[in-house]
Amino acid sequence: MSTFKPRDWGSHAPYIAPGYKSTILRGPTQAPLAIKSGLTEGTGPRFAPASVRELDFDLTKNGVVNGEPLGERIVVHGRVMDTDGRPQPNILVEIWQANAAGRYVHKVDQHDAPLDPNFRGSGRCFTDDQGNYKFYTIKPGAYPWGNHFNAWRPNHIHISLFGPGFATRLVTQMYFPGDPLLDLDPIFLGTEDAAARERLIAKFSIDKTEEGFALGYQFDIVLRGRNGTPMEN
Amino acid sequence: MAYGETPSQTVGPYFAYGLTAGQYAYDFTDIADPTVAGPDAAGEHIRITGTVFDGEGNPVNDAMIEIWQADANGVYSEKPVDVSETGFRGLGRCGTGTDAKLRFWFDTVKPGVVEDAGAPFVNVIVFMRGMLVHAFTRFYFDDEAELNAKDPVLQSVPADRRDTLIAKRVETPTGIEYRIDIHMQGDAETVFFDV
Repeated sequence: MSTFKPRDWGSHAPYIAPGYKSTILRGPTQAPLAIKSGLTEGTGPRFAPASVRELDFDLTKNGVVNGEPLGERIVVHGRVMDTDGRPQPNILVEIWQANAAGRYVHKVDQHDAPLDPNFRGSGRCFTDDQGNYKFYTIKPGAYPWGNHFNAWRPNHIHISLFGPGFATRLVTQMYFPGDPLLDLDPIFLGTEDAAARERLIAKFSIDKTEEGFALGYQFDIVLRGRNGTPMEN
Repeated sequence: MAYGETPSQTVGPYFAYGLTAGQYAYDFTDIADPTVAGPDAAGEHIRITGTVFDGEGNPVNDAMIEIWQADANGVYSEKPVDVSETGFRGLGRCGTGTDAKLRFWFDTVKPGVVEDAGAPFVNVIVFMRGMLVHAFTRFYFDDEAELNAKDPVLQSVPADRRDTLIAKRVETPTGIEYRIDIHMQGDAETVFFDV
């Protein structure tokens, strides 16, 4: 059982990022204690094939009641790999998001924008043997939040994945290129390293765009690598 | 290192219909829920429960806790996690927004001692709105003082903070409970690990 390389804290936000106000009372104030990676950290859950049903990867269909969901259809392609470029097969990827109007199905979301009866906004899939995943969905809308006056979240899709071990667990958000709200968003800006932040922005892809049907985006996800010899090439 | 890690971002306040749908009564299936071990799992059946507190001592109603543990023999399951499993699953996931007292809970079995550890414990990940990066911690058990004294990770924690990792055994009319709160800040700030 190989162990994982240490987390690269420079690629992540600090626990307390005062621009994002909720971090002030919720982030730990003491530095996490480093522990030697052992048997425990190298293990992690695998998931039964039945965890993903036929339409779970297609959010344009998996919440349909009586018609098509409203909004701009998109297809998101991506590859899950580690920092050495090794593809990560059979990884469960979960997503959830707001609808085209910027409203979540969640009962606590009281933003004054309409729900879409034909869009739930959650799904999941496995990566294939090359680490690739694909979702069809509707481009999520921006929405206001209470962090500061006139605060708006950029369009984003929440993504949760279990990598190959419990230590590689990642919850992140995928953003869209060219969004003017990115430079104003304390959650996006919480990651202090500008090059790392760029990795949160999907790339538009005309090659992945489906003629007459859906705009294509590419969003690759990089997890911690394993100790040992990196794969050649 | 050829590629940089994808940064972590907050789980936000609205994860429930994607990640904990059954618990919050949304129309979607689950890949994990608060049951870590079903009735057919071998071992001592226990419930682990607690509250997450913020820096002002207020309970957090939109956290999500995940646990991953070994079975009663101290072995991590290699069997795929399946929520229809009535035996041991190993993984649990619970939001803090549905219990009247905003507690998380897990129905499980007490883990055995993993080969390279000294004492039984449960691995824990804490997610919530207001955390841009999740935090790893562990739950140990207060009736295992002898083994706890031999656990290398627990003993690496400064003595005055070790109690933040130790769940207290309580016998209730419905069974054995271990209670442990998670304090994000303050005098009793939980020890989090860089794993």
